[in-house]
Amino acid sequence: MKPFDYARAASTTEAVRAFGPGTMYLGGGTNLVDLMRLGVAEPERLVDVSRLPLDRIEAVGDRVRVGATVRNTDLAFDPLIRARYPMLARAVLSGASGQVRNVATVAGNLLQRTRCTYFQDVTRPCNKRRPGSGCPAIEGDHAGLAVLGTSGACVATHPSDMAVALAALEAEVHVTGPAGDRIIPMPGLHRLPGDEPERDTVLEPGDLITAVELPPPPPGASLYRKVRERASFAFALVSIAAVLDVRPDGTVGACRIALGGLAHVPWRAERAEQALIGGPATGEAFLEAAEAELEPARPLPRNAYKVPLARNLIVSTLEELAP
Amino acid sequence: MEITLQVNGVPRAVDVDPRMSLLDLLRERLGLIGAKKGCDHGQCGACTVLIDGRRANSCLALAVAVDGSQVTTVEGLADGEDLHPLQAAFIEHDAFQCGYCTPGQLCSALGMLGEPGPSVVTEDITADPGLTPEEIRERMSGNLCRCGAYVNIVSAIAEVAP
Amino acid sequence: MNRIEGRVKVTGLATYAAEYPAEGLTHAYAVQSRIAKGRVKRVDGGPALELPGVLAVLSCEDPPPLAEGVEGELALFQSREVAYRGQIVAAVVADSYENARAAAAAVRVEYDPGDHDVTLRADHPGLYKPEVVNPNFPADTGHGDVEAGLAEAATTVDVTYTTPVLHNNPMEPHACVALWEKDGRLLVYDSIQGTTSDRDTLAKTLGLPPDGVRVVARHVGGGFGSKGSTRPQAVLAALAARAVGRPVKIALTRQQMFDVTGYRTPTIQRLRLGADAGGRLTALEHVAYEQSSTLVEFAEQTALPARVMYATPALRTAHRLVRLDVATPSWMRAPGECPGMYALESALDELACAAGIDPVELRVLNEPDTEPGSGLPFSSRHLVACLREGARRFDWDARDPRPGIRRMGEWLVGTGVAASTYPAYRSPSKAVATLRDDGDFLVQVAAADIGTGARTVLTRIAADTLGVAPQRVHLELGDSALPDAPVAGGSMGTASWGTAVVRACEELLRDGKEGRADTTEEVRNAAKLARQAFGAQFAEVRVSAVTGEVRVPRLLGVFACGHIVDAKLARSQFLGGMTMGLGMALMEETLTDAEFGGFLHRDLAQYHVPACADATGVEAHWLEEHDDELNPMGSKGIGEIGIVGTAAAIGNAVHHATGHRIRDLPLTPAKILMARF
Repeated sequence: MKPFDYARAASTTEAVRAFGPGTMYLGGGTNLVDLMRLGVAEPERLVDVSRLPLDRIEAVGDRVRVGATVRNTDLAFDPLIRARYPMLARAVLSGASGQVRNVATVAGNLLQRTRCTYFQDVTRPCNKRRPGSGCPAIEGDHAGLAVLGTSGACVATHPSDMAVALAALEAEVHVTGPAGDRIIPMPGLHRLPGDEPERDTVLEPGDLITAVELPPPPPGASLYRKVRERASFAFALVSIAAVLDVRPDGTVGACRIALGGLAHVPWRAERAEQALIGGPATGEAFLEAAEAELEPARPLPRNAYKVPLARNLIVSTLEELAP
Repeated sequence: MEITLQVNGVPRAVDVDPRMSLLDLLRERLGLIGAKKGCDHGQCGACTVLIDGRRANSCLALAVAVDGSQVTTVEGLADGEDLHPLQAAFIEHDAFQCGYCTPGQLCSALGMLGEPGPSVVTEDITADPGLTPEEIRERMSGNLCRCGAYVNIVSAIAEVAP
Repeated sequence: MNRIEGRVKVTGLATYAAEYPAEGLTHAYAVQSRIAKGRVKRVDGGPALELPGVLAVLSCEDPPPLAEGVEGELALFQSREVAYRGQIVAAVVADSYENARAAAAAVRVEYDPGDHDVTLRADHPGLYKPEVVNPNFPADTGHGDVEAGLAEAATTVDVTYTTPVLHNNPMEPHACVALWEKDGRLLVYDSIQGTTSDRDTLAKTLGLPPDGVRVVARHVGGGFGSKGSTRPQAVLAALAARAVGRPVKIALTRQQMFDVTGYRTPTIQRLRLGADAGGRLTALEHVAYEQSSTLVEFAEQTALPARVMYATPALRTAHRLVRLDVATPSWMRAPGECPGMYALESALDELACAAGIDPVELRVLNEPDTEPGSGLPFSSRHLVACLREGARRFDWDARDPRPGIRRMGEWLVGTGVAASTYPAYRSPSKAVATLRDDGDFLVQVAAADIGTGARTVLTRIAADTLGVAPQRVHLELGDSALPDAPVAGGSMGTASWGTAVVRACEELLRDGKEGRADTTEEVRNAAKLARQAFGAQFAEVRVSAVTGEVRVPRLLGVFACGHIVDAKLARSQFLGGMTMGLGMALMEETLTDAEFGGFLHRDLAQYHVPACADATGVEAHWLEEHDDELNPMGSKGIGEIGIVGTAAAIGNAVHHATGHRIRDLPLTPAKILMARF
């Protein structure tokens, strides 16, 4: 680790003001300290925002506002979240370990970096870490990497579980920064790699996430399911957050599907949703919708399994949600 | 940078390099070798301590960032000569072999017993489940044990769990 | 009984290698090669030396002196040749860990890279037959005519199984604190499975007399073979301490451990089996293809179990090795037996399916009278009894053999069985027992307790021999200043050290004050017999038809390992081995990087070992086995047999659940899904 300056911000204004070239915000540190130790992140200055007064979960009308520094455990254990957004609680609880969840913040969870082998190893090339150096994952180790929305420059996945649920819930990310405040609806926070894989999100330098606001939950039953070969404490091979509302006549009234482990972003399955809404809630329809969603998939030899896995998961989850 | 911590109830003021982790501070500067370094990346749980009563990976905490916190390490679990019930149960159930993950397992178990919410294996996420063996296994999965003492770790914790 | 060191382990007071304090302690950090083959052109330590707190940079630019003829992984900085990616090419010593690590990143190393080859293939032109396989077995053996046996068989199986690179990954990273005393002697706190051999190796490497080195390892955080031999960190710490004139600590990072502390070779194993209409083997051929480095020949004894397990008129076993630009593989829990029995016991299950014979019965049918490879009688062999007892406990008789027909919701359910085996070795050891002034007994032996319970078991053995309560026996181990003893390896610790402890205690009883034992003669004079432990493992698996995830709700082992000296500790050893076997079956795998060389999975988020949630219904049982031809305790080693057969039992159960035979470990959702669709 290269030496760096450390400062703790007392307010969001102070944090943004303290931001300059070489600065990074430090939240719970569960990913940033990890990356600094690997030499992947080399900040000259850390501005610690973990103790900002952004640690409340509160109902605002029919919405719920979750502060940026709320710890993952506190989010998942919150009675309001468990009652209104059980899918979100389960997604958070399926990530990492009890210890990590106790420390990791909501904003940090959203902004965590890919776990691609090459990204984490400074002795090997990686376009995300060193733009223009190449992507050895495409020919090499990509078994855990993306099949949707990839580019020739990057096939990384976003590793968060929570972000997948937030994408399905159409959460809004509140940001403050040098250019003022703005609201980014999920899944718009994250971006596809294109030819700028070094940019994970649409945030600009100095931008600071202050809260995540949850609109009222959509009607219907919801589920989060995560697939992994180790029974716990492992990143998703593929995960799904799904909400399904079936009308009394057996047709789909509302449907939200987001997928994890498949793309550089939490992948909102809009094709599948469009295919389903208004149609029959049957196994055949679910399969057709899943296949429509995965039609643009461009798997590599060692992650080809993700396509049938995602297809099965979509169908099986919707079948479970259908009455 | 000068920081102050309460470690196992004792106030400690130390001047630290901002790069130093809480784990290295405990082990290299404060002579508390109980918390172990197994991976240094939050992937094994051997470094688990309680920070302000919550279990956490001390390897991922910069010492400067936990300034002012209360830290409990495995050295702080026993009451004088009297072992904490978890420590006694670990011995009785043979819940360790090499012992390297044990301090982290113990601190993690202690923190876990104080956590009020559900886990990912809880059927009804709105309910507060009892600590079945399945619940203990899931909640303790952040602490790897390469000796494979899991079966005994779970039975030791189950004996102490309410 | 409860572990004697239990209290210090649960209170955090047990001291492991990196935790010994020393006045003026400094920290070393290794710089690793970024090429897989070639030469180091230049090492520039200048930028590192300018950083705060840096005391020295070690490299081949100014090779620190080692003894003549030191080769392989321990010959640090002696050559400019690079044998694999990740090899240690330089090191930085600084006043703090943070400074040492930051400075290591500033050391500039320039290379002349060569073309590397890191991929094991069964048709590799570099394959050859090694002289011997680990530790000293013939590479090829056989009797009878395999081709004729296969030709006359009613049922044949010709299958190839593959296993990946596996890493031991003990929880305690390899670490060392080295101090040079004023008289020129070296004191080393090392993370090692045997202080006697570590002392001898370090003395030889550094050009010191054996009594010029003392190694202390009172507590060791697991090893599983990776700490069975001296590793570079100890040599590096000694060299660095000499360079800066102060004590040096080095603790490898988890990532570095993957590169320089050994691993289990990947294997490609071809099995050809033939059976007559009644299910009796007519031929068995087991050929293993494996890798080693260009530095050291390590040839794992993978096909060895075929020489032990089943009666057959025609048997051929063979090992072929290729030297690649990779790190040197080494021992990992049950080298040989573990990967070999995975393939053999999986192939046997295929034979049972093909012949329509129950897999337990097929094994019983082929039970030999003497050891098939050597013709020697067994000192004891209760494989059949283990299979029968396991079948009874597992309710095996209720099993429907048809694959792919049981379903609970989305989960396909299946069961499988495999045999386990491991040799009952014993090595010469010394021990001293003394009557103390207070009437208690002091027993000393340079054994190592790496989590096996050696301290406790040896105390119990001494107390039993002396006829006193264990509380009156004070056992000292983990120090090369104690009577010489072999490593904790090959499941022979208790047998080797225990024999010496018994003899020393017997001598004390005769002498009244002191007993000294050296079991060299006793071990050498043992009758020539096949000594082998056996077991049977039964697995129930659930395989998701949706996701391909495999869960193991039940894993049951029954073992016959002579007299079980301590039930509580033995059970833990069996359970631990089986749990590691579960990891091998379902998740453990280190990828080799064909493009850049070296390994790709180098931490515990990428290399998955089982977590608590994976170890659901693991249970271990044993038969009390009487065997007078072993050692005074009548015991066979139990540290490794638990991992032998587990992966085959799980793989066979996956086949029973799904109808698909996946012959490549680990059995990941990816492979299961791609087989099914």
